[in-house]
Amino acid sequence: MNVNEQDKKIINPFGSDKDFAGCSIFGMLNLEGKRFSSKDPVRAISNMHERSNGLGGGFAVYGIYPDLKDYYALHVMYLSRDAKDRTDRILASSFDIIHDEEIQTRQANVIDPPLVWRYFVQPKKIRPENQTEDDCVIQAVMRINTETGKAFVFSSGKDMGVFKGVGYPEDIADYFCLDDYAGYLWSCHGRFPTNTPGWWGGAHPFNVLDWTVVHNGELSSYGINRRYLEMYGYKCTLQTDTEVLAYAFDLLMRRQRLPIEIVSQILAAPFWSEVDASQSKPNLMLRALRQTYGSLLMNGPFSVIVAHHGEMIGLTDRIKLRPMIAGTKDDILYLSSEEASIRLVSPTLDRLWAPRGGEPVIGRVGGKEIIEAQSIEVHQ
Amino acid sequence: MKSYLPPEYLVERSEERCIRCKVCVNQCTYETHSYDAEDDVIRSKDENCINCQRCVTFCPTHAITIKKNPSSYRDNANMTPEVIKDIKKQAETGGVLLTGMGCDKPQLTYWDRLLVNASQVTNPSIDPLREPMEIRTYLGAKPDALEMELENGEIQLKTQLAPQLTLETPIMFSAMSYGAVSLNVHEALARAATRAGTYFNTGEGGLDPRLYKYGDHAIVQVASGRFGVHAKYLDTGAAVEIKIGQGAKPGIGGHLPGEKVTDDIARTRMIPIGTDALSPAPQHDIYSIEDLRQLIYALKEATDYRKPISVKIAAVHNSAAIASGIVRAGADIIAIDGIRGATGAAPKVIRDNVGIPIELAIASVDQRLREEGIRNKASIVAAGGFRSSGDIVKAIALGADAVYIATAALVAIGCTVCQKCYTGKCPWGIATSDPWISKRINPDIASERLINLLRGWSMEIKDMMGGMGINAIESLRGNRLHLRGVGLTDTELKVLGIKEAGD
Repeated sequence: MNVNEQDKKIINPFGSDKDFAGCSIFGMLNLEGKRFSSKDPVRAISNMHERSNGLGGGFAVYGIYPDLKDYYALHVMYLSRDAKDRTDRILASSFDIIHDEEIQTRQANVIDPPLVWRYFVQPKKIRPENQTEDDCVIQAVMRINTETGKAFVFSSGKDMGVFKGVGYPEDIADYFCLDDYAGYLWSCHGRFPTNTPGWWGGAHPFNVLDWTVVHNGELSSYGINRRYLEMYGYKCTLQTDTEVLAYAFDLLMRRQRLPIEIVSQILAAPFWSEVDASQSKPNLMLRALRQTYGSLLMNGPFSVIVAHHGEMIGLTDRIKLRPMIAGTKDDILYLSSEEASIRLVSPTLDRLWAPRGGEPVIGRVGGKEIIEAQSIEVHQ
Repeated sequence: MKSYLPPEYLVERSEERCIRCKVCVNQCTYETHSYDAEDDVIRSKDENCINCQRCVTFCPTHAITIKKNPSSYRDNANMTPEVIKDIKKQAETGGVLLTGMGCDKPQLTYWDRLLVNASQVTNPSIDPLREPMEIRTYLGAKPDALEMELENGEIQLKTQLAPQLTLETPIMFSAMSYGAVSLNVHEALARAATRAGTYFNTGEGGLDPRLYKYGDHAIVQVASGRFGVHAKYLDTGAAVEIKIGQGAKPGIGGHLPGEKVTDDIARTRMIPIGTDALSPAPQHDIYSIEDLRQLIYALKEATDYRKPISVKIAAVHNSAAIASGIVRAGADIIAIDGIRGATGAAPKVIRDNVGIPIELAIASVDQRLREEGIRNKASIVAAGGFRSSGDIVKAIALGADAVYIATAALVAIGCTVCQKCYTGKCPWGIATSDPWISKRINPDIASERLINLLRGWSMEIKDMMGGMGINAIESLRGNRLHLRGVGLTDTELKVLGIKEAGD
């Protein structure tokens, strides 16, 4: 598809090539899988107010719909009523809709909120051969996001939900009444876009199925990352770099079943000088990874928190041009742009450290061990 | 028949400066200068001068200036002096007009209308003097995905990658055949490629056994004439390239006149001394894509599936569809040579009128292979008129994995692009097989000049990448968001897959 044709299909009305943004990110995971309220995550992300400019904030919450956890929860924003009718038709053709409702909101300091709807759906039993339920959901999401014009599915996993929009993160939390929800993993984002006037779909987190990404940075490699993912059927409807990160995780981890330790070596590949250091098996594998997946190297400054059920991952670009700090206290793993936010919600910590560039920090429910490579301990 | 052609250049010699050293007399292979002992003066036959600048460069007192003949025909936008002279030449010879090097017309160059991006504020530029900046490139087929398995708690790679070429810089030396250029030139290219960690292409005339030791850095070519192709030759190279076409002369084969076929060249090409080496226009065992597939696999069998197989085509109107067929036929590398690609000898009318610019071909081939989901199955090497590292950065951003340079490499070792390669009398000792003239290329010096050029361009590529905030070349490859066009039509922008500057 050439640039011009693609432009017509883009739902982002202010879309330039991609998102230029400075940001704050914060993630909090209970390693026992115990659910907790929005209080700490919202306080923490609000503390980094200066890192956003009121043009985007959002949250991903896992373990949020325990009573309907077997159904895909779709959160959809509508810029027009007409779009809802068309979306409802698409949904009805692929899914049994178990329950749907308008998402509860209250008056808050947010700009131009769209109509936001929540559906709990089950993919129909009769599907094209070889199509999994997940594939069916992705296909419907891509269809709605590209075909309806003014509808946008921004959350599509089971027992998890994304809430985001134009405003400071604390205002978004207020607007969506997040104090009513609880989850065992929260990832949060405050946005400072420099080129796109706020639009609700452009806020973070970005989501596909139960994968979410909150991202601080700009991918200078975006142009090729997008073109590579397009070869595998992903349509980058928002033209933001964070979207390609979400799709890259989906392609590598869900579809190709690569473990996160490998995926991080693809997205933030080690330098050739490290790979060349020996002809050992692991190094030969690193070479093959870069040869094969070079187009998915995420180049340029970024720090991200990627989450899916049971796992929270922090990763920065390989020369760490954006900040990330990690901390633990009892059963909680914290990841944050700034130490102050962690300290605010947990003044004493068991550990606090600065992960190295390109090396992931991985917290898993049920495993007390935080998985990480080398890192720099911060003197407490 | 009296020639109506005026001399193209006039030789001016300052009598005051001239010391009668006769360097110009000895250096000119066109017998322009001669020494008149009686008058103790050096005289010049202007009509012989091709303006190669050899005498100018070597004159110790800078006594010589070559000027374009100011005398010209009446101005006419259509019947230009070039047109009038070409017609007169043909009226006098009745032949095809030959020329050398690449198309010299300005309207076909898109590089000058493409501009590169740089980081400001929202992301930092990266300083290549202080941070790693990676331009290593691997050429060859890449799998869709890598499969892993857990063995004794360790992740093991299951997928075996196809053979790859490792380039420490994304610049290779393009095909120049032994015979078209001298052994010394071949040796200089081979040594420079070896030391710089890249590859030289043997061209279609085989490889002299004295250069087999550089085989690890040679791409050995198999063209329609099959000159010099034998088992040991295939075995020696790091990769094998099937030459279908050449940008300077799409649709026709190479032609090495018998005068250039000396002992060594005859032995290497496996033809009798002094016979014309005429490559047929098509490969006579390839009349369709399935035939190409057979040749690709014949070469893979012959080399034990240990070497990538490249297929080189001229950039023509339907390159994208052809490239797709080539990838599906099993090629590991596609080399595309644009209309400005050079040659040792080609009919001028073909050089200047047949084919398309490489910029458009890279863009459409890369895009087509992506649409078909097979871009990873072959690497794209672009060729044809790369003048600077800027052109190379733009080619890679459009979608090329690496580039071939030939004219630039020859310029580095002395060539002044006088376009007379087909005469065999190259005064710089490059496009010749004359043993006396060939000595003008010293492989020690020439290889050093080539390495310097590669080093300089590589550093410039790193500088531009750093400016874009990119520290690995794979993040530049196909990343067209880092390009903008100026002065291009909507259709051109669409084919190139880029936006207008300012948009």
